[in-house]
Amino acid sequence: MKFDEIQLRLLDEIADLHGVPEGAYNIRSDSQAIGRRSTEHIVITPKKDVSGIDIEILPGTKNESVHIPVVLTKSGLKEVVYNDFYVGEGADVLIVAGCGIDNCGTADSEHDGVHRFFLKKGAKVRYVEKHYGSGSGKGKRILNPVTEAYLDEGAEMTMEMVQIKGVDDTERKTIASLKENAKLVARERLMTHDDQNAVSTYEVVLEGENSSADVVSRSVARDDSFQKFDAKIIGNAPCYGHTECDSIIMDRGRILAVPGLQANHVDAALMHEAAIGKIAGEQLVKLMTLGLTAEEAEEQIINGFLR
Amino acid sequence: MLELKNLSFTVSEETGSEKEIIRGVDLVVPDGKLVVITGPNGGGKSTLAKLIMGIEKPTAGSILFNGEDVTDLSITERAKRGISFAFQQPVKFKGLKVIDLLRIASGKHLSVGDACLYLSSVGLCARDYIDRELNASLSGGELKRIEIAEILSRATKLSIFDEPEAGIDLWSFNNLIKVFEDMRRDIRDGSIIIISHQERILNVADEIVVIDGGRVKRRGSKEEILPTLLGSASVSNFCTGAGNKEDV
Repeated sequence: MKFDEIQLRLLDEIADLHGVPEGAYNIRSDSQAIGRRSTEHIVITPKKDVSGIDIEILPGTKNESVHIPVVLTKSGLKEVVYNDFYVGEGADVLIVAGCGIDNCGTADSEHDGVHRFFLKKGAKVRYVEKHYGSGSGKGKRILNPVTEAYLDEGAEMTMEMVQIKGVDDTERKTIASLKENAKLVARERLMTHDDQNAVSTYEVVLEGENSSADVVSRSVARDDSFQKFDAKIIGNAPCYGHTECDSIIMDRGRILAVPGLQANHVDAALMHEAAIGKIAGEQLVKLMTLGLTAEEAEEQIINGFLR
Repeated sequence: MLELKNLSFTVSEETGSEKEIIRGVDLVVPDGKLVVITGPNGGGKSTLAKLIMGIEKPTAGSILFNGEDVTDLSITERAKRGISFAFQQPVKFKGLKVIDLLRIASGKHLSVGDACLYLSSVGLCARDYIDRELNASLSGGELKRIEIAEILSRATKLSIFDEPEAGIDLWSFNNLIKVFEDMRRDIRDGSIIIISHQERILNVADEIVVIDGGRVKRRGSKEEILPTLLGSASVSNFCTGAGNKEDV
């Protein structure tokens, strides 16, 4: 498998890849699978009815990874891809997704990835997803990911979602349902600039006793961009749920935070926190006393905040 | 060497009247000296320190640093010329770690080992702190000690400490005195200004300046000034001192 320069640059941005990854992988470029490898414990098969793949991770698989990066380098492409992950009992794996779009043309390019995760009892998944856009064309770079996670007893899933640059329009939807002792941790980092638009909606249902969810978003809205963070946790059992939206607003950016909690059980402990504000003047002054210019100070503060 | 010439700072109050915080201060801080500025609360000490760093702009007068007029220079330019400032209330940052601040302060990619030396010298077990975020999970005393470590790592010609003892517990206070004694010993051609009420910090001074009502009320060697202050409102013993919260 050979990559061109744009593919390599996008793969580096979204998955820190400099070539073919270790372990199982499926690399998709401009609507074609350009490389695929299954391993003894992780089997990837293409779907027959729709575009996408099934990834089966056998029970007890440990310390293995699956990379499924997607790159779009042609202007005007629009695709919807369905990827289903079946994670066997007691497995413990890293899944790296991510999509990079380079659009130098005038037509919009769009990738809508629908990822469904079925975690069996005691399975653990760390899911990392980075979105990135580049290219000087007028065509928009659009990403509308849907992530669904169904966690059986004692399963744990950590999601790290990052979108720092170049994506014009995003509508992210994450839904999850958790059985007894299951645990979901979601960390979202987002920066929008120019006239970008980003919406992120969560609906997490804590069905089982002692299940827990922790959904935290840190975001920066600059220039004329708009963000909406709409996180809802529903507690149907003795459970623990926490959502947090912490945002820095700059220039003429706008942010709407809509935290939502619904307790349907007397022992459901649910909490939300939301804070939106500009960079504190004292933070800038402090870093300037250490020799940084105001612009350098701002950059350090934002980089740290989104780390 | 730092020279303040006829320095004044006036603020407009809500009522429309003007209030003079600093009134025509003339002061020289020579190279190789540790100068403690003391005086009653509200007397203008912290404002004077902020004027020197450029955080506030004087309404009249001038500030010379090593012979250069820095009155119109920005905070950044003064920092680059070799002025450091330890805040009375350390600033918190979400996401930035202790090592990040030490690297920014020192202006180089400090190794973890070097960063640890600065933290150890302010009495922090370095390994426990280096990757901590500078946020509300750290106590006031811890933040304060990290603030002082940043100034040590900068090693500039002029270091200003605004009430370094505020918010520090007794154990750290003893350590802090040692930090200042060490700085005093290694001062060479640099100079140090400490704003403080504490007798033990006054004791480390070469010179003491008393600021009251926005003016220099008295100045002189420690031997001259300290005896006149003991027992007065402008100096306090740490154990019984007012205005010190132990929050570690």
